[in-house]
Amino acid sequence: MSEVDAQQAEENRIDEAVERSDIAIEVRGLRNSFGDQVVHENLDLDVRKGEILGVVGGSGTGKSVLMRAIIGLQNPDAGDICVFGKSMIGELNDDEALAIRKRWGVLFQGGALFSTLTVAENVEVPIREYYPNIGPALRDEIAAYKIRMTGLPAEAGPKYPAELSGGMRKRAGLARALALDPDLLFLDEPTAGLDPIGAAAFDDQTRRLQQTLGLTVFLITHDLDTLYSICDRVAVLADKRVIAVGTIAELLATDHPWIQEYFNGPRGRAATAAVEREKNKAASTPPDGRR
Amino acid sequence: MNKAADLAEEMGDDGTVIRLSGNLAIACLHDLPARLDGYQDAVRAIDLSQVDHIDTIGAWTVHRTAARLGADIVGANEDARRLIEAVGQLDEPVTIRPDHAPPWKRVVGQIGEAVTNAGSTLFGLLGFFGASLVTTWALIRHPSRFRVNAVVQRFEVVGVSALGIIGLMSFLIGIVIAQQGSVQLRQFGMEMLTINLVGRLTFRELGVLMTAIMVAGRSGSAFAAQLGTMKLTEEIDAMRTIGVSPMEALVLPRTLAVVVMMPLLGFYSSIVAIIGGGFLCAVSLDIPPITFVQRLREVVPITDLWVGLIKAPVFGVIIALAGCYQGMQVKANAEEVGLRTTAAVVQAIFLVIVIDAFFAVFFTWVGWN
Repeated sequence: MSEVDAQQAEENRIDEAVERSDIAIEVRGLRNSFGDQVVHENLDLDVRKGEILGVVGGSGTGKSVLMRAIIGLQNPDAGDICVFGKSMIGELNDDEALAIRKRWGVLFQGGALFSTLTVAENVEVPIREYYPNIGPALRDEIAAYKIRMTGLPAEAGPKYPAELSGGMRKRAGLARALALDPDLLFLDEPTAGLDPIGAAAFDDQTRRLQQTLGLTVFLITHDLDTLYSICDRVAVLADKRVIAVGTIAELLATDHPWIQEYFNGPRGRAATAAVEREKNKAASTPPDGRR
Repeated sequence: MNKAADLAEEMGDDGTVIRLSGNLAIACLHDLPARLDGYQDAVRAIDLSQVDHIDTIGAWTVHRTAARLGADIVGANEDARRLIEAVGQLDEPVTIRPDHAPPWKRVVGQIGEAVTNAGSTLFGLLGFFGASLVTTWALIRHPSRFRVNAVVQRFEVVGVSALGIIGLMSFLIGIVIAQQGSVQLRQFGMEMLTINLVGRLTFRELGVLMTAIMVAGRSGSAFAAQLGTMKLTEEIDAMRTIGVSPMEALVLPRTLAVVVMMPLLGFYSSIVAIIGGGFLCAVSLDIPPITFVQRLREVVPITDLWVGLIKAPVFGVIIALAGCYQGMQVKANAEEVGLRTTAAVVQAIFLVIVIDAFFAVFFTWVGWN
């Protein structure tokens, strides 16, 4: 290789690095399997900083497995996962892993609250664990505003998870995920099992938090309304990989049968219609008149 | 990016200005909140113009200090203003901890709770026993509903798998009794009575009692944990809605399995313990096995065997019902499964020993001594 070529290659690499710096999560060539069953094969995915990326796919296409692989709960067979430019596979030492771990918050499907701790104590766990220098009084105050921030009522603090409804449990889980002000938030089916009003409120909350805190959100969902109302882009998992990523309009333009069926099925059409109605209503309302 | 948060103060004519700098994020705050708490009065403003980065925890720290001192927040950039405004809106009283009663009240309360718990557990167990009898009666009238497979499957788990550990334990117990007994009896020159001791004690008491304790630890706890987990995952509710009685499908097969297995295991345990005793007699007392067996046949009446065999199924009922009852009481969370499992074993062993005492009195009364 001549020197000029080498220099060129080096420049390309730097260019690429600069371009990639707005990527929060970069997954390349991921392969996951359980025994003989291959869940992911050669899966690529980019999550951009500051976006809400919706991840959809049929049951068993490995949405949760993908999330678990990114957050390090599942060791992939092959491939690379970079979070904030740091590869999560292989030679990450404990300190580095910890540093990355502090930068994300995860809301598991059932909330995964520690059942022996109250809501407030649950929120305080990460703070207590990572930042013992924060005094108890300030820690309580932090827990208090996090609880309010996720829309829980003020008296929810001393309650135990078993005393909460499903929706409140999710909110408490969200409060714990946000305890350390993460840059990256993973939500695994946040609106599953919520009533439509609760789900819409949760979506709204997610959007607002994302805007206020500048979060990047990796959102696994089955909820078409969530996809339409808050996701910037949607990634579709099928055939063991991400078959398409883009805005819903872009996805609709592809002719993959699963995508067509997903968005143009009866539920998909209903969600589209709802969004259209919203738009028309917004258009007919004067700009300064808030709905 | 990772510059530690710091503060500098500047005296003005109308009060101090606190100038914050560096990174006001949770990782970089260090002792800043404590230092800010040190300020009491006469702070006019908090200047954020030299802050690089701020998160909500930094914003909250600034907000609470400003609110406490009545200071203005100046020089905040767009991000900081947005976050401080956001957390400011959330500043309202939130209950964090449950109310705590004074200690004497709590102690009295706990005693009362323990008493009512003990009472309700006893009544609950009785009720559960009654319910199992009713179900048994229903099964006797409709034998086709009887789940043979479920029972046989439990036979293996409760009985066959326990053979190894119960055998080992009984063998060792037999050795220990023979050894300890012979040391005492030697003082009277009556070492031969060791055989009486081993034979009668194991058949009447120890064989069954040790088996009961082992089965309570192995199977009673497993029943409580299994049913408790099924309760948590709503499997038991699902069964009920489908029309399958959990009593019939879960509790009775387990109870029956333990009731059938207990006499067998108890007998096995007695025999192994006697072999252990005989082994020690042969090795350290120079009593040949043939003498041991002959003497055993002379001193152990057949009623001793019946005493053990009659007690065993009763103990089995207690162990199985305590396990199943506690499992069915699980309501809230995974931690409760653990507590209930412990309670199942403790109650089973306690009740077994209480009933054993009653049996001892009863058998003496009927003249089987």
